[in-house]
Amino acid sequence: MSYFFRNDNRLPQARLAVASYVIVGMVGVLLLGFWKLQVIDSDKYSQWAERNRVRSIPIIAPRGRMLDRDGRVLVDNRPSFSVLLLRDDPALVEKNLPAISDGLNIPMEDLRDQLSSTRALPKFQPIVIKPEATQADIDYIESHRADIPVLEMLSVSRRRYLPGGFMSHASGYVGEVSEQQIEASNGKLRPGDFGGKTGLERQYNDILMGTDGMRRVIVNSVGKEVDRLPSQEAVPGKEIRLTIDYDLQQVAEQSLGAREGAVVALDPRTGEVLAMVSRPAPDPNDFAVRVSKEEWKRLNDDEQKPLLNRVIQAQLAPGSVFKIVMATAMYETHAVPENMTVFCPGYGTFYGRQFKCWVYWSHKPAHATVDVHRAVNQSCDIFFYTLGMKMGIDIIAKYASGMGLGHKTGIDLPSEEAGLMPSEEWVQRVFHRRWYPGETVSVAVGQGAVTTTPLQLARLIGGIASGGKFMQPHMLKDAQSVSEETFPLKESTVEKITDDMYGVVNAGGTGAGLKLQGIEFSGKSGTAQVIGYAARDRVAKQKKFLDNAWFVGYAPKRDPEIVVSVLVQESGKHGGEASGPVVRDIIKAYYDKKAKKTQGQYTVEYKRYDLGNGSAPAAAIQPQPVLKPEGPPETAPVRASVPQH
Amino acid sequence: MNETSGTTTRDYDWWLLAILAAICTLGVIEIYSATHGSSLSGMHMKQLRWLGIGLVVMFIVSRIDYHLILDQAPILYLVGMAALIAVLAVGHTRFGAKRWISVPGLGELLQVSELVKLIIIIALARFFAEVNSDQLALRDLIKAGLLVGLPLVLILKQPDLGTALVLVPLVVVGAFLAGLQWQHAAVFSLAGILLVGAVFYPPVSRRILKPYQRERITSFLHPEEDAKGSGYQLLQSKIAVGSGGFWGKGFGNGTQNQLGYIPVRYSDFIMSAWAEEQGFKGVLFALGLYMALLLRLVQNAQRAKDRAGMFLVMGVAAALGFHVLVNVAMVIGAMPVTGIPLPLMSYGGSATLFVFLAIGLVMNVRLRRFVN
Repeated sequence: MSYFFRNDNRLPQARLAVASYVIVGMVGVLLLGFWKLQVIDSDKYSQWAERNRVRSIPIIAPRGRMLDRDGRVLVDNRPSFSVLLLRDDPALVEKNLPAISDGLNIPMEDLRDQLSSTRALPKFQPIVIKPEATQADIDYIESHRADIPVLEMLSVSRRRYLPGGFMSHASGYVGEVSEQQIEASNGKLRPGDFGGKTGLERQYNDILMGTDGMRRVIVNSVGKEVDRLPSQEAVPGKEIRLTIDYDLQQVAEQSLGAREGAVVALDPRTGEVLAMVSRPAPDPNDFAVRVSKEEWKRLNDDEQKPLLNRVIQAQLAPGSVFKIVMATAMYETHAVPENMTVFCPGYGTFYGRQFKCWVYWSHKPAHATVDVHRAVNQSCDIFFYTLGMKMGIDIIAKYASGMGLGHKTGIDLPSEEAGLMPSEEWVQRVFHRRWYPGETVSVAVGQGAVTTTPLQLARLIGGIASGGKFMQPHMLKDAQSVSEETFPLKESTVEKITDDMYGVVNAGGTGAGLKLQGIEFSGKSGTAQVIGYAARDRVAKQKKFLDNAWFVGYAPKRDPEIVVSVLVQESGKHGGEASGPVVRDIIKAYYDKKAKKTQGQYTVEYKRYDLGNGSAPAAAIQPQPVLKPEGPPETAPVRASVPQH
Repeated sequence: MNETSGTTTRDYDWWLLAILAAICTLGVIEIYSATHGSSLSGMHMKQLRWLGIGLVVMFIVSRIDYHLILDQAPILYLVGMAALIAVLAVGHTRFGAKRWISVPGLGELLQVSELVKLIIIIALARFFAEVNSDQLALRDLIKAGLLVGLPLVLILKQPDLGTALVLVPLVVVGAFLAGLQWQHAAVFSLAGILLVGAVFYPPVSRRILKPYQRERITSFLHPEEDAKGSGYQLLQSKIAVGSGGFWGKGFGNGTQNQLGYIPVRYSDFIMSAWAEEQGFKGVLFALGLYMALLLRLVQNAQRAKDRAGMFLVMGVAAALGFHVLVNVAMVIGAMPVTGIPLPLMSYGGSATLFVFLAIGLVMNVRLRRFVN
């Protein structure tokens, strides 16, 4: 044994023993580490492993359709594709961003914004980077599946509304749910989901919206699909049947035309809304995908407020329509003798201030001596100034308020406005002052502080003509609990007031030109000042200060089947002239259809409206412009052009 | 009786071999599970071949008296350094590091640094045996440090942080057994802590570490910031281990393993795949085997005929123990990714050869424990 280095045989046994202990300790510590992961935290990591291998791609549940009362499709869905970005692997996403931006025509900043705004979401949840994929996008994604593995197609169904803003305020529109909606939904909604934002879409969102399903696939570490798991099918939303009558709605849309205003038709016996139009109307198809910020700002800032549903949100002076409340109160209370007559020279002085009758401004002969019937018939202001002064605000407020003015009607639409019925109590509460008797004079002709919505006036007139029975307006055909309010009116009162309103159309009143052969068409016109006439003359007769024209008409004379309230804003014409014809058109259409039905001639043309298979071109359902007045094409909600006389 | 040096086959450490065989079996099973049905299938057969070569090499090494080997220590050391420099000059680059050199006839690329580890074990054993006192003088300690320092720097240059780090416990364990004084231990521990601290301190680490090394350290400290880098690897490994639970998902059923979420699941992260499929019970078994292996090595050291043999065996124990510690700690996310394989379980030719060569040295020492 030859070795040259020094060596000996004394081994450091104690230190070697220490080494043994170190080895045992080391293995012990490692085992503790495994114990922590595999026993204590095992559930957490099991979930993680599951999340790793399972990729969930949502299956969007189609929303329920909206049908009209005869089952015709008003709102349905069309198939579409969204582009999903799978974010499980941020490095891969980052690498592919330029290619995605280029291939799908999305600006880089846009992509980065979307990525940063969704950073808080779990990584396994894909985000929609392009909601409406074009054929070119689809081709691009299909042909780049291998080199851009982070893109995925999501089949969705988009809302499809009738074109040109048809019934758009009633139907409302859908959009990506807001954070508040997500919070309020108890986890049912996720960011990027679509939900009803306004109108019926919002009101009945829970019914219309289905439950999204989930396609679950097993993917390997490079994102390749290797197997499928049982999918959770989407549960489609339920369809709702509306009280809307497509035929009447179409007439209402076309008759109002492009003019700024509102139309609502009710069946006073049930409270069913037969037609509802508000102008200007945006086309909700434009919002069905994603509204650009600029477009949204434009709609919100538009002076004409196209997003406002004027039927339930326009709070305007009812003008002379209010005289029906006055006359009803007079017949009912006898606070003022029913045979009271007033001499109308075209003006009068009340509480030291001169008030004028509308004939004064219209350069028409004065009404001379009028009783209540002639005053309603001719809409004499001087009579009602006098009546108001004598009756006092308390009685007026009691009747107006009792019959619904100043209160929401309770229609099944979100954001209804209540209007305002002033009273002594109201000025005390809001302005901390006493009621000026002079204010009563203005209120008596539906001016001053009193404001109403078109829907309130339809309910009011329909209810009075129905003998004081006020049905809650509603749009769902099978509404479960429709409330009925009764404001007791004497039979004689109803008799007289309905005779008066019949006379407005049929006995040479302010609606004389509207007469319909064989139909007891009754109603009341209203022409409400936006600002005082004297002031208007000072600001050089700008259109925006022109009168609002009202007409609320119904048929038949007693217990009507239909009541229509029409508002044409700032038309500069009297209610009977501007709004009356719209009411007449609808009532005529209603009776025409009824006659055809009884004769068995009417058939509902389902085919024409059935958009269900997605093949019907939009042009096929474009309402035909039969009654459309002159004006710009209805596709763009532009400022109404005033029909000139 | 065997003629060469008066040893018998009975003198081989059959317990050690049994433990070794058991660990290798676990490795081959898990390599099979991790790679079958993928583009890497058949890897377990390659591993078996390496194990076969390893056994032969071990036998050969055990037959040459270790004193002869220790005699050649200076030459081996010089050859080793030359090889390291050669690797830096002409070596093959794989995975961003020059570690491989082709060996004519083997047709495989060998990692020179694996052989250098062995050479350092031999060189240190010779050095510490010669010091021969119960108290290690500071001068000798520094000499030992320099002996290891040169190859350490050369290996770091490749760059291969993992293998370079393995050299540290060799000198630490050697010095400890050679009678390291606690004052020196304290001073060098402090220096070591400062160095580690510097590595984790960005302004310093920027100067001394490669970008990928820094990245590994940041991703270890903040795994969530690094999605598919080494932070992702650690996270996926932890998910695999954790989701295995106590009983494991069963052979071939580990989703993290089978779907490729575990990085290099057949090599550095094989314990992660094993833990997922075999659960805590499997880990207990595997780590039990490693503990038995290491304790058996210490026992062999205690029974060595002389200090030189003891240092050789403990050098091997230190290297293997460090491999197990760093690799397994990485698998459970307690240490950064260093690229250190798990001895005998991880797939890899050079690493397997190193272990068998090292065990060959141990056998060598054992065979000669009773010879004068």
